[in-house]
Amino acid sequence: MTRPMRSLVKPQFVALALILLLNWILFPGFFSFFVRDGRIYGSLIDVLNRGAPVAILAIGMTAVIATRGIDLSVGAVMAIAGAVAATMVGDGTPLFIVLMAALGVGLLCGLWNGTLVAVLGLQPIIATLILMVAGRGIAQTITEGFIVTFNDPGLIFLGSGAMLGLPTPIIIMATLAVLATAVFRLTALGLFVQSIGVNESASTYAGLRSRALLIGVYAFAGFCAATSGIIAAADIRGADANNVGLWLELDAILAVVIGGTSLMGGRFSIPMSVVGALIIQAMNTGILVSGFPPEFNLLVKAALIIVILVVQSPLAGRIWYFVAPSRERPPDDRPSRTTATSAEGGPK
Amino acid sequence: MAEPLLSAAHIDKSFLDNKVLDDVSMDLLPGEVHALLGENGAGKSTLIKILTGAYTHDSGTILLEGRPVHPRDTKHAQEMGVGTVYQEVNLLPNMTVAENLYIGRQPRRFGLVDSRKMERDAHQLLARYQLDIDVGAQLDTYSVAVQQIIAIARAVDISGKVLILDEPTASLDQHEVDVLFAILGRLKADGMAIVFITHFLDQVYEIADRVTVLRNGKRVGSHPIQDLDRMELVKMMLGQALEHDEAMRIGKARQAGELYASFRNYALSGKAAPFDLDLHKGEIVGVAGLLGSGRTEMARLLFGIDRPDSGELTVAGQKARLREPRDAVALGFAFAPEDRKIDGILGDLTVRENIMIALQARQGWTRPLSQKAQVEMADHFVKALDIRTTGIEQPVKFLSGGNQQKVVLARWLATNPRLLILDEPTRGIDVGAHAEIIRMINALCDQGMSLFVISSELDEIVAYSSRVLVLRDRAISGELRGAEITQGAIMEMIAAQHEVQPL
Amino acid sequence: MKLVNLLALSVSTFAVMGSGAMAQSGLEGMTIGFSQIGSESGWRAAETSVTRQQAEEWGVNLQFSDAQQRQENQIRAIRSFVAQGVDAILLAPVVATGWEEVLSEAKDAEIPVVLLDRGIEAPEDLYLTSVASDQVLEGRVAGEWLVEEVAGEECRVVELQGTVGSSPAINRKQGFEEAIAETDTIEIVRSQTGDFTRAQGKQVMEGFLRAENGGADICALYAHNDDMAVGAIQAINEAGLAPGEDILVVSIDAVPDIFTAIAAGEANATVELTPNMAGPAFEALDAYLNDGVEPEKFIITESRLYTAEDDPEGEAERRRGLGY
Repeated sequence: MTRPMRSLVKPQFVALALILLLNWILFPGFFSFFVRDGRIYGSLIDVLNRGAPVAILAIGMTAVIATRGIDLSVGAVMAIAGAVAATMVGDGTPLFIVLMAALGVGLLCGLWNGTLVAVLGLQPIIATLILMVAGRGIAQTITEGFIVTFNDPGLIFLGSGAMLGLPTPIIIMATLAVLATAVFRLTALGLFVQSIGVNESASTYAGLRSRALLIGVYAFAGFCAATSGIIAAADIRGADANNVGLWLELDAILAVVIGGTSLMGGRFSIPMSVVGALIIQAMNTGILVSGFPPEFNLLVKAALIIVILVVQSPLAGRIWYFVAPSRERPPDDRPSRTTATSAEGGPK
Repeated sequence: MAEPLLSAAHIDKSFLDNKVLDDVSMDLLPGEVHALLGENGAGKSTLIKILTGAYTHDSGTILLEGRPVHPRDTKHAQEMGVGTVYQEVNLLPNMTVAENLYIGRQPRRFGLVDSRKMERDAHQLLARYQLDIDVGAQLDTYSVAVQQIIAIARAVDISGKVLILDEPTASLDQHEVDVLFAILGRLKADGMAIVFITHFLDQVYEIADRVTVLRNGKRVGSHPIQDLDRMELVKMMLGQALEHDEAMRIGKARQAGELYASFRNYALSGKAAPFDLDLHKGEIVGVAGLLGSGRTEMARLLFGIDRPDSGELTVAGQKARLREPRDAVALGFAFAPEDRKIDGILGDLTVRENIMIALQARQGWTRPLSQKAQVEMADHFVKALDIRTTGIEQPVKFLSGGNQQKVVLARWLATNPRLLILDEPTRGIDVGAHAEIIRMINALCDQGMSLFVISSELDEIVAYSSRVLVLRDRAISGELRGAEITQGAIMEMIAAQHEVQPL
Repeated sequence: MKLVNLLALSVSTFAVMGSGAMAQSGLEGMTIGFSQIGSESGWRAAETSVTRQQAEEWGVNLQFSDAQQRQENQIRAIRSFVAQGVDAILLAPVVATGWEEVLSEAKDAEIPVVLLDRGIEAPEDLYLTSVASDQVLEGRVAGEWLVEEVAGEECRVVELQGTVGSSPAINRKQGFEEAIAETDTIEIVRSQTGDFTRAQGKQVMEGFLRAENGGADICALYAHNDDMAVGAIQAINEAGLAPGEDILVVSIDAVPDIFTAIAAGEANATVELTPNMAGPAFEALDAYLNDGVEPEKFIITESRLYTAEDDPEGEAERRRGLGY
């Protein structure tokens, strides 16, 4: 009975709540919102909207990290996908084909990464570093060094339109998060990904297609990066190959770590990674509305991240365990996704 | 009797709830070779690790030259005079021989390593072992035997009182063993106390002065070697000789069923010479051979982990190909590998997940097993195999070695395999689980499964095998059937090469 | 007064820039080497195009070398220019240090070197002159426009800074602040970095709008470059306000997209960072090589203000042709 209650009181939610509270103290209008033309406006919506690109990256990154990998190329893949979308839509290609092409290019980038990792056996950090460096160059080649702007209302809608009163990126993020979570949790895919992250060799011996799975996971990360890239381009109505997604791979990795997935692979949670991305964005938005001089941006961010990670550390978890009233095992094994446990499976 | 150089008295040691040493005592006299014997899991290595400071004991005392000592770590123990050489030589393969001998204590001149002096010293040191080699060459350019001697030279040079050798002869040929024993003889004459762990009884009778036998974490006894004949010694080690006899009779009386899998002309260059292998239902094929004889390599081929250069496979009358383990699983093969931690268990995942993973992998990711089915399956195997766990949701990394092995077995039994390949199924597991696993091997065979079992434990192989394949030099060198299967016959076949080799 | 001077200046240079090679036969047939950094930005590409155009108008045989962001490539290019015996060298230096040796070689060969758009740390006698914009002046021109525009009315300004710590960000901020210090009705109420990018410009502007009563309290936006302004304009639009009317927009650089915005009435003014560094350079070289006139050591290019009155559509078109 205490279990579902406790699972809501995860440190990530506490951190998010604290940062939102801090924002509210610094900027009293933080929680206020208004509706105009059937669309909701407000700082909270901004957090969700601006957090969407990183959250979408984090969805793919979570799966990669669960396999004990990492994908440094997602920022560059964003640039490539944005460049492809902007150039094609500028040439008058129908939107559907443009989107398929941009997402397809993202998938292709992911397949490339996955092949380097799974077939050639390169270390993920090195394998994806290749595309991280080369990818931006590819994007610049596509845009010929310009910011390629466009006016296609369909494409712009993906970045700054609204559905159900919410900005489109939020809808896309939520849809992707729900779909990805469902696919990983309702099928055995999540278990397989974890299994590879925990012990790739043993997984192969158990009959898993480790290579194919790894390639698939990187392809998924590429797909997410492309989605994010399309949104980012649509947001500014142009593909800025030099700047779009710059350093966002690091934000995405941070989001995954804040969300509680270990860089050592294994247990993962896509929803919590999304929460991690929102925590990061809440900090960014907070800094923007608070009126701090920009020289302090990075300091404030670093300080907050340290606090969050300390709060989530195993040590803090143990302290929490002793302070908290209910008797449960300390979170040395991260929250199990199972709810049904047999009689002897429960805590002793 | 002389004063003991090192004596351990009433040592207790537990890991969590598992008592691995129970009131164990042992005396080492100066100038003796003391054989420490026992089956795998008897507590030999735990005792050694306590003596050398790698583990701390829960209770009991260790006296060195009559004074109580508390080795903090292996370095501390070395400095006090207790040095160890492990089976897998733990030197640095990519450094020179001289550097390996003097690492951490290099002679210095003007604050810099004086490599000329170091090489001169190294040369002199090794000369005492009749080893005249280029000490400036990289260690791994020399054979394991030479490396072993270098490791001994280092340990003796640092410690000088007590030398502990953990299965030093496991990968040496007869000539190399002779050289080693000559060295041990000299060290003995110098007054050192030498602890010698081995599985080769012949060697015990050749070199040891006294033996201490451990079984099940307890000391069975310590005797001068001349007071014990082989039969008595084996009985001390096995204890349950009767049980084994019974199992042995089962193994030999068993009638093999119809042909299940047939490997023809299977080969992988550098790993396995071309071999033919027929596996029948209801048959246990035991595989014996020294380390490096190609046992594991053969198992990997059979399970599709490595692809053969050539060869054909027929399973139940159908031609088949193994490209990856997945294909083998699809054919009804299962494989519990030698190195459980690296290739077997999924440490962070739960007992339940570890058990269901192979079956789930075979079903594919789109058809997940229901939560209910998973729990039922896990509960069933936890009960059936008596897996000691706090629950099926406990991460498997917290289980003991024997229970982890059972989880790996459960994983495969859940797939209802027709061929089960076991590589060292009883290595590094406690005595209780050991016997259970052997019982299980027999039971599975009786149910008509085909088993291919690799083991270094000859008594075990003798106990359950319907047939025994002896491997050496990456080829099947002989086969024993029925009444031919004895430890002696197997050892003879393994040893045969040494007599053949020189000519 | 200042403004009038400035306008006069701009008209004169504009004439030079626009009206071809009348009195420019001085460099006719000469060979001039140009070591360019690369083509990392639209402005850089435009500088290259304008330099080529200028060379054509002056009748100069331009030897162009793209260093792709590497100093060693630039040094190699200069050595090769010296070996060819060119009449002069234009250098847009990728870094500030490490030029002494190669510039001494050029000096020994009596080949004048003109630095374009960036300074270096080297003895001044190693180069003829340096042609660059005055970033403080750029900020000041933007500020003066705003002072003029609001004409004594209260005005709360939000500022989108460039990358924290970069020299354009520091100097453009300083110049703007100097200009608005003349009045006490204009005040910078919020200032954040937008990293010179559109995406950040948009996101930061959104924050400003939320924090300033949905934007109702903001009178003007000053952006350190046009890209951030373009992003911010989108944010203002999406917040339901009219950029250019509800919130005045002034920025720096004069890239084509800001002219499009000015033409649409969504931006009000931009200060040009001219890509024409070569024009003044050729003039100086002409005077020096033909008449022996030592030019000033630092030639400051014009920082011209463009508003809706300056044919923004035409400017956008013209600039797109330059490779922005």
